[in-house]
Amino acid sequence: MVFVWNIDVDPVGSLLWAITLIGLSGLPGLLLKRPGPGQILSVGITVCAALWGMAGALRILNGVPAKTYQLDWPLPFGPCELSVDPLSALFLLPLLLAALCCSLYGLAYLPAASQPAVEKRVTLFSGLLLASMALVLVARHGVLLLMAWEIMALSSWLLLMTDQQSLQVQRAGTVYLLATHAGTTALFVLFSLLKGETGSFAFPAAHSLALGSMVTLVMLVAALIGFGAKAGIMPLHIWLPGAHANAPSHASALMSGIMLKVGIYGIIRTVSFFQQLPVWFGWLVLLLGAVSAITGIALASAQRDLKRLLACSSIENIGIICIGLGMALVGLQSGNRVLAVLGLSGAFIHIINHALFKPLLFLGSGAIIHATGTRQIDRMGGLSRILPRTAPLFLVGSLAICGLPPLNGFVGELFLYFGAFSDGMFSDGMFSDLPLIGFVAPILALVGGLAVITFVKLYGAVFLGVARDPATAHGHEAPLAMLLPMGLLAGLCLIGGFGAPLLLQLVAPAVIQYVGVSPQLFAQIADAVPLQQISLVNGLLVAGMLVVWLIWRFLVQRAPVAASSTWGCGYLAPTSRMQYTGSAFSELVTGLISGLVGAQGQLSGLSGAFPASSRFVTVTTERILDQMIIPSLRGADWCLAWLRRMQHGHLHLYILYIFATLFVLMVWSQP
Amino acid sequence: MMMSILFHVLLLLLMPPLLLGVINKTKAAFAGRLGAPYFQPYYDLVKLFRKGSVFSSTTTWVFRAGPVVTLAATLVAALLVPLGNHPAIISFNGDMILFAYLFGLARFFTTSAALDTGSPFEGMGAAREVTFACLVEPTLFFILITLARMSKSLSLTPMLLYPSPTVWGEAGAAMLLLVGALFIALLAENCRIPFDDPNTHLELTMIHEVMVLDHSGPAFGLILYGAALKLFVLGAVFVNLALPFKTGNLLIDWALFVVAMLFLAVLIGVVESVMARLRMVRIPQLLVAATILSAFAMLLIVR
Repeated sequence: MVFVWNIDVDPVGSLLWAITLIGLSGLPGLLLKRPGPGQILSVGITVCAALWGMAGALRILNGVPAKTYQLDWPLPFGPCELSVDPLSALFLLPLLLAALCCSLYGLAYLPAASQPAVEKRVTLFSGLLLASMALVLVARHGVLLLMAWEIMALSSWLLLMTDQQSLQVQRAGTVYLLATHAGTTALFVLFSLLKGETGSFAFPAAHSLALGSMVTLVMLVAALIGFGAKAGIMPLHIWLPGAHANAPSHASALMSGIMLKVGIYGIIRTVSFFQQLPVWFGWLVLLLGAVSAITGIALASAQRDLKRLLACSSIENIGIICIGLGMALVGLQSGNRVLAVLGLSGAFIHIINHALFKPLLFLGSGAIIHATGTRQIDRMGGLSRILPRTAPLFLVGSLAICGLPPLNGFVGELFLYFGAFSDGMFSDGMFSDLPLIGFVAPILALVGGLAVITFVKLYGAVFLGVARDPATAHGHEAPLAMLLPMGLLAGLCLIGGFGAPLLLQLVAPAVIQYVGVSPQLFAQIADAVPLQQISLVNGLLVAGMLVVWLIWRFLVQRAPVAASSTWGCGYLAPTSRMQYTGSAFSELVTGLISGLVGAQGQLSGLSGAFPASSRFVTVTTERILDQMIIPSLRGADWCLAWLRRMQHGHLHLYILYIFATLFVLMVWSQP
Repeated sequence: MMMSILFHVLLLLLMPPLLLGVINKTKAAFAGRLGAPYFQPYYDLVKLFRKGSVFSSTTTWVFRAGPVVTLAATLVAALLVPLGNHPAIISFNGDMILFAYLFGLARFFTTSAALDTGSPFEGMGAAREVTFACLVEPTLFFILITLARMSKSLSLTPMLLYPSPTVWGEAGAAMLLLVGALFIALLAENCRIPFDDPNTHLELTMIHEVMVLDHSGPAFGLILYGAALKLFVLGAVFVNLALPFKTGNLLIDWALFVVAMLFLAVLIGVVESVMARLRMVRIPQLLVAATILSAFAMLLIVR
């Protein structure tokens, strides 16, 4: 394994070096006895490597020709290539940014001084997780990808198990471990079939596979299941809320902001192998995206756990990305390149945007947990007083994730709306009539409306009003090392909104390469989306706010100003417990979507003429999990109970299984 | 050219409160009262702007930003809509999406400001506002996408100036469905009867009014003006669809538009006089019905 190190010439080399450094950044800490220096060293290495790698990724997006590296390994899987094309670079960029932000954040969130043992683990596995995700993105070989995939799954699992004493964490960890390996099984099917067809584990060139319909079908479905389970597409999302809620906040940020996208990358990469796709595949991805978006945000609106809510909203965002991807695939299959460009640009921009605002929100939730010691939204309130810097940053993230102007979330959704509206608009012979695509617009609108409910609830119940539980009222603001990454991400959200054309520039090379259009045609199609005007109107909006604010201030200052308590409609003894809680806020919408989620109330001990004090508890129930997936797993459990006899815990017999399997395979493969 | 733009902006800024005056006068006529003068909403605004302010001690800057951001977003949205036969001040492809999302931004800040007071009533109003608005959103987009397909354009100005007597003749059924759905959306978005009673006196039954209980003085004036502006803007969209007569003469078209807007205000007043407010549980059903109406219109157009 020899890399030529020449930073001036080769961006791929610098990226590979950055990945290696990040992966090994946790090691020095293990060797040092004193806690502290190891963490600082690791953060230093990660930040420098991330900056170096980002420069490389940007240069590849700028069109610097990328070399291909050959990994000379002694394993019997054939030569293994590593390479970075614009598609990989597009995914590497947010990954490295998240590496920078999250490692810096960890310095204050999990300081080595107070938690030496935990810190060492978290630092090591964060580095491994980042490097393995990056390796998935640069691998051009099935076996290497699977190896990286497995390291990614295990290191994220180990990160999730940081607080291993907690029963909740153990449960979430078990579900995650099972789900991720079930997904990996599908990937084994995918890459074995690939090897069977092409004779090698190496990835075929783009659009080079022309397969029989049956093999293509199995490969596509395997990719959708295997990569889709990691991306958290409905109904393969069951592991996601628990895993993302229970990991340390900066690990949640990595898992939610980046790891889900690696699943999306897998789908996109696999699809690119094929010359021709069945027409239904694009519609299937679109449909799964729509279902994920609506059910994801519906689930999120009913959550009371801060991080669980954010995790469910990740399902929604993955859904939006899949809607864009589905549009692009439908466009490609039906020769509608306008739709392909608009859909793919929308999906890619949303991938970048989500990798900005979701880590921002997860890091913000870490600051909230740091201050209050709880994840229960209904116990918080009025936190903007004790977190005066976190609050506006969290507000930026909340507005961005709702897709509201003037922030970056609006830009990605704008492309998807254009895709939905585009049908029949560009009548210069390069489209086929797809009227059904129009139905995407109302779906996106509904999702946007639900997102506003969810995030008004989140921001309002957490930061506004007064504390509902005195125990949460005495926290303190997060230290600078936590605020700085959040500020950076929030700043990028603002830049994405006010400089919308920049976002398009970032994704353009990947879209051009993937759709196979000329840059001129791409520019022609993308110019239809008025990004410059949007930036200008965003500026106008801010100017308008300023003018209205000045007028208001002038009017207020002319007349007396008084302070008083909140008007309680005549009630004179208000308490903070009277406030609308987060659950109360979403109760109305939960009632409308009770087919998906519900809140079951249990009232106990109320009887007789003079009832004693009683208790009312409500639990959020998820219908898809409780009524579809768990019963079907029970059924599977019942059918496969006899297999459990093989699981007896005797190590030597397990080794025997491996030997027997190998022996049978050897006999079978003999001619 | 400059004159017409100036007139457009002045109409946009000055006319909205008059609609409220006309609505109230109509309701008074139905009730057999003389009613407040047509210009009463203007007097109210002037009075509010000169009053002092009271701020609850639980509130933060979000409470103060609420009315400001809401009005600014509504103003920018207003610039995207053509009035009568005159094109919008700002017009570009895709402005209708921005139009819808600006109202989302306004809603985010109105409801956040309500939650900032820590009042149970305002929380209740905010929850209702976001939930019902979420159900109106798909209706609005079904209407927009149907209009976009009919007019083969992606901008509000050509879209809304497209309907003409010939269009009504050819696609009358779809247009009728659109106008019906848009009227329901208009009433719901502006919190009029049958969705919300602006004159109700019981906080438990309010939606919009209860959210702004704690705002006072100039801030409340901004809120009332913003609400009137929103009614005017959505009303202009409605009038453009429902009344497709254009003469080509700018002055006559302006006059037609103003008369039509006043007629719309009378219509809303009549609806408010002859109908009772719906029970809270019925509101989502009516909104979903409106969504289905607009989806029908789209099916008729794309088939």
